[in-house]
Amino acid sequence: MNDLVFFINKGLLSGMIIGSIYAMGAIGVTMIFGILRFAHFAHGDMMTLGAFVTLIIAALLASAGVVLPCPIAFAAIIPAMAVTAVLAIGLDRIFYKPLRNAGARPVVLVMASVGVTLMLQGLIRLFAGVRARDMFIDQPKDIFQIPFPGATRAVILTEPQIVLIGFTVVAVLALHLFLTRSRLGKAMRAVSDNPELARITGINTNHVVWATWIIGGGLACAAGSLLSMDVTLKPDLSFNILLPIFAATIVGGIGQPYGAIAGGFLVGFCETLAVFNWSVLLRPIKDSLWFELPRNMALVPTEYKLMVPFLILIIVLIYRPTGIFRGRVL
Amino acid sequence: MSLLKISNLHAGYGQMSILKGVDMALEAGEIGVIVGPNGAGKSTTLKAIFGMLNITEGSIEFDGEDITGIRSEALAAHRIAFVPQENNVFHTLTVHENLEMGAYIRRDDFSRVMDHVYEIFPPLKEKRRQPAGELSGGQRQMVAFGRALMIEPKLILLDEPTAGLSPMFMSQIFDRVIAINKTGVTVAMVEQNAKQALAIAHKGFVLANGANSFTDTGRNLLENPEVAKSFLGG
Ligand SMILES: Nc1ncnc2c1ncn2[C@@H]1O[C@H](COP(=O)(O)OP(=O)(O)OP(=O)(O)O)[C@@H](O)[C@H]1O
Ligand SMILES: [Mg+2]
Repeated sequence: MNDLVFFINKGLLSGMIIGSIYAMGAIGVTMIFGILRFAHFAHGDMMTLGAFVTLIIAALLASAGVVLPCPIAFAAIIPAMAVTAVLAIGLDRIFYKPLRNAGARPVVLVMASVGVTLMLQGLIRLFAGVRARDMFIDQPKDIFQIPFPGATRAVILTEPQIVLIGFTVVAVLALHLFLTRSRLGKAMRAVSDNPELARITGINTNHVVWATWIIGGGLACAAGSLLSMDVTLKPDLSFNILLPIFAATIVGGIGQPYGAIAGGFLVGFCETLAVFNWSVLLRPIKDSLWFELPRNMALVPTEYKLMVPFLILIIVLIYRPTGIFRGRVL
Repeated sequence: MSLLKISNLHAGYGQMSILKGVDMALEAGEIGVIVGPNGAGKSTTLKAIFGMLNITEGSIEFDGEDITGIRSEALAAHRIAFVPQENNVFHTLTVHENLEMGAYIRRDDFSRVMDHVYEIFPPLKEKRRQPAGELSGGQRQMVAFGRALMIEPKLILLDEPTAGLSPMFMSQIFDRVIAINKTGVTVAMVEQNAKQALAIAHKGFVLANGANSFTDTGRNLLENPEVAKSFLGG
């Protein structure tokens, strides 16, 4: 039983948590690709940026003497999402829009986003240094031990993990309603489907572009903030998550928001299950096994975790190049 | 005063010039039909009206206003609708959503127009919850046509609305064009089925190599032996 709890903690819950982060990042990347037709490489650093905005707002609130029943950083996420959305629109205005208007090819925009990524990394390090920070500035994070029937170990969930899972569920539902019920959401799907016809129809492309950056920037901020609350906030946060996010986007089908969600969870679960020590689960039946059970039996050593999204990506691109939800072919 | 007046239009894709002096005038309430060989510049003319091309010379006037080189997005507000020759529906949106997008610029209640479109094209009502990409070619043409009607246009530009349709579907579409025209909508239509189209046209324009080679009433063009010889197959 204890081994099962260990599996729930280290396998299922970790997969779900990192999967939620990937899903929220991938939604942004896939929508930006659908509407603006380029791979936004600066998305990982937009997450870092969002997390720093949350930290700054939390610090401001704390120094203003605000006391809340929950850690102040949670409350700071909502305004930080708005600020990050505005920053995202600003980045678009300054760097991407002029290129679009000049009729630049997508690859030029991709290069521009690589430039934006380097710039953001530099700016963040310049102002925040390179050390890791704790997002919980006013009170320590709560850790919940949920007893599991028949086991002495407990299922462990931290406060940010619970918020993250809840937030992801709400965000996905809200996104679904927005895309299928609202006028602007339908217009976004129309632009992603056929931009020329959308213009002919009189759809205001500017509004659609803004909505894209608001959704992409807002979700990036939330995901980045909650991820750095779960661990710590480091300026190189984006380094380890950008590749899985792109893998999730492509696996789900480029330009497909639902695909991005599915892809995010798929990559998240595969990653944690690949580095999970399976010998823990096999130990109870070790006598009936035909081989000697090694102490550590993970499919992939933890240091090579980043290889997993690559592997999934390669397999999907070979057997189903359009991704799970039939997105665009690159 | 003409509702649509195109004078000496020169336009092209990027640096490549395709139209070399197109003239066209339509009075309010008329049907104008553009015919001509493949590659004559018929579609290009409609695209030029709709702000999708580089206009180097000439002018386009609508309802007394100069709309030369206006952005495509702005034309719906002038109540001009355009059904392109290809890719004229949103494949991943349902039929109903396609019609809703047609009414994107409207902030008023357009349910009456929607009902009217379903009345003109009954098959759409049946398929309203299906993605438009799953419809047959003829049904997709209806979606495209219906989408364009959602702004209750003053002028509708149709690029080969009967392309690829069976003769029965073709005459149905022509009947709809006439019916819509009767409600006061001015129609500018490109057609390959030149004889049938000119028969319902108040005005006809024969284009060749990016310029008018004949301009007259539909009937006169049909009876003109020169036009018959060069374009209508005798
Ligand atoms: N997107 C484009 N870019 C460059 N040239 C184009 C483009 N579309 C059309 N052309 C060129 O413009 C010319 C006129 O094309 P257009 O589509 O207007 O012909 P059309 O009269 O509509 O013919 P069809 O009856 O085949 O539809 C052709 O020579 C074509 O090669
Ligand atoms: Mg054509």
